[in-house]
Amino acid sequence: MNEPATKHRIPEFIVGAVLLLLAIVAYIGRRADWFPPIVLGTAASVVVIILIAASLAWILIRTIQGHQAERRIVYLYIGIAVTLPLFMSLTQKISISPEVQTLYNGLAALPPGSKVLATFDYDPPSAPELQPMAETFFRYAFHNDLKVIVIGLWPQGPQQANLALNKILAEDEFKQMNLRYGVDYVNLGFQSGNEFVIQRMGSSIRSMFPADIYGTPYDSLPLVRNVRNFSNIDYSFNLSAGYPGTKEWVLVAVDRYGLNLGAGNTAVQVTEMYPYVRSGQIIGILGGMNGAAEFEKITDQIDKGTRFMLSQSFAHMVVIAFIFIGNVAYFTIERKGKR
Amino acid sequence: MRREIPLLITGIVGIVFIVQYFIPHYPFGRMSDWFSDWFSIVASCAILLGALNLMKMSVLKVISRKGDWIYALITIACFALITVIGLAEGRDFRDTGTGFSWLYDYVYSPLSSTMFAILAFFVASASYRAFRARNFEATLLLLAAFFVMLGRVPVGDVLTGFLPESMQMSHLATWIMNIPNTAGQRAIMIGIALGLVSTSVRIILGIERSYLGGE
Amino acid sequence: MNHFALWVAALLTLGIVSFLYRDNPWYKVCEAIFVGISAGYWFVTYVWDNLVGKFWEGIFPPAGAERSPDWFMLLFGGFLGLLMLMRLFPKIGWVSRWPLAFIVGATAGLYLVTYFASNVMVQIEDTLRPLLGENYDASFADVVGNTVVFIGTFSGLVYFFFSKEHTGAFGKTARVGIFFLMVTFGASFGYTVMSRMSLLIGRLDFLFSDWLGLIQ
Repeated sequence: MNEPATKHRIPEFIVGAVLLLLAIVAYIGRRADWFPPIVLGTAASVVVIILIAASLAWILIRTIQGHQAERRIVYLYIGIAVTLPLFMSLTQKISISPEVQTLYNGLAALPPGSKVLATFDYDPPSAPELQPMAETFFRYAFHNDLKVIVIGLWPQGPQQANLALNKILAEDEFKQMNLRYGVDYVNLGFQSGNEFVIQRMGSSIRSMFPADIYGTPYDSLPLVRNVRNFSNIDYSFNLSAGYPGTKEWVLVAVDRYGLNLGAGNTAVQVTEMYPYVRSGQIIGILGGMNGAAEFEKITDQIDKGTRFMLSQSFAHMVVIAFIFIGNVAYFTIERKGKR
Repeated sequence: MRREIPLLITGIVGIVFIVQYFIPHYPFGRMSDWFSDWFSIVASCAILLGALNLMKMSVLKVISRKGDWIYALITIACFALITVIGLAEGRDFRDTGTGFSWLYDYVYSPLSSTMFAILAFFVASASYRAFRARNFEATLLLLAAFFVMLGRVPVGDVLTGFLPESMQMSHLATWIMNIPNTAGQRAIMIGIALGLVSTSVRIILGIERSYLGGE
Repeated sequence: MNHFALWVAALLTLGIVSFLYRDNPWYKVCEAIFVGISAGYWFVTYVWDNLVGKFWEGIFPPAGAERSPDWFMLLFGGFLGLLMLMRLFPKIGWVSRWPLAFIVGATAGLYLVTYFASNVMVQIEDTLRPLLGENYDASFADVVGNTVVFIGTFSGLVYFFFSKEHTGAFGKTARVGIFFLMVTFGASFGYTVMSRMSLLIGRLDFLFSDWLGLIQ
């Protein structure tokens, strides 16, 4: 990486020390209630937006003049575009896309007592996109008396599932439901083998998952005791961040064993799933944080997925602005060069 | 025999999995079940091999005191810490309150999440520097990206709220994803699948042997 | 969350972020910790969930569990797994070819049938939808959409056919295919930006909400 070519070298450790001091003050101050959390009202938010737009216009002018913005300036803008909306109190209207509506309809058609196989195929880096989907799904499932069987093709998956379950089960309304592990939900844990795990589950789930995540034998769990293979599963909800994931479930479980599958994917891989959605191999799909927000809206549970969409909007606008700036400068400079 | 036996194994196992798709009954169904179980065990040993190999390389680096050996020492120490804690805690190693769970929540998760999170900065910087509408194809790519990026966030509908609903950004983005994107992805998907089928046939018949490496 | 844990998580997060400014020892320490912890995490998880949970307890089931009738077949899997580990020793590392051949053969066999069924047959069937619908009841939007999908899929496949030179009508069709592929890549790029931004939002929310408590 290139060293910063600044004329006046500010001692970096002084800046770092000041920032650390501010962090300590903020940390202690909030816990001791010295000051309230920061909230930017509508007026303040509009002022911030105008300032960001004005500074982007200044970058456009500078770029046309031949001074391309240094990469750290771009990083700073992205950081600001993502951070400041977290403090804003602006709200946005989330519209439901057909794919999310289809997934919801598939879930809504399940009668109470249906067995749903929830497959967690992601790790912590994908949690901002998929964890809200997981939490929304669990709330919906428990509200509607769906019995949930959790497994994972990624080792971190069942642990992420437990994080979501622990959060949901700690909420008052679910505490009152007296949901029982092994009867209303169960976590069978992780097994290695990728698509071969799915292949084996097609003949016998018990053979691939002889015990749950805590070591309790499969036959000791009332919820899964009579679940032999996919023919005893009413619906599968897959959360996937890569390989193995939704595609492998389609290849092995859907087309071979006729499993009904709804999926939530990270935005990176959701574009590849649209052919499966169109052909009906996947019954609806949630794509990225936007999909999480739509899922929250359609199930009437507004949480982090919706809250983060404002930052998402700002980030997209800034990226589009930078692409626009780069192209305007490119064409302007090219035209000057041709004259 | 060092190459013949592996080729025989590849051929037999491959044929079993093909046949069981059409004849799931005994013996092919049973054989594919056994092979799936073996795959699971071998896959776990492959991961253990990777971890142990990493430690072997790190130890060699520390012993030779080459380059940034101090960081290799940190890697070894962290590996030892989480492995000892995880193995000592038994089957409940993931339960809330265990040392393993603490390391997962406050060390592994933040580090892995942040590693991927900083890609956001790089994608923005790269877009600014390199994404140019130099020709018609690049312009088409840029426009598609523009419509999808705006259409998949609420601000897109705010900006086009004065238009009829079917022409607002979110509807345009949905149309792009469901129609032209699906068409392109489908073409790629079919092409890859056909290539994969031919490669699989070559592997099973023993024509393709590169996975065995050199002698 | 306790204070020490929060600060550890925050400092590790900031260590990785510091790379954006420039490469530095703090980042390198965080990276080394990440590599070691990741390798150890995967090691422990696979030992408990697979080697103990499936292999060992498949052969010696715990109280309350029944042993499967063909439990002894797991021993062959264990043997193959052991051969895989021999790769650590250069002199006898060649025996790891057997489990490797097993993995390659199994994958090739399963992929051959599943990819052809799901990614070729079903996809082609869906591409060739009846133009006016099953009962001649397709809406105008559906007719246009189905036609565009057909043209896009066909021309995209023509583009990928490199055994014939892309000239004349064939070349023009391939060019249409390129246009559809550019739209696909543009959509992928748009979604990739969304995905990366989402990950960043998650981390910044942790820093400003969970750690510093500045967000309501």
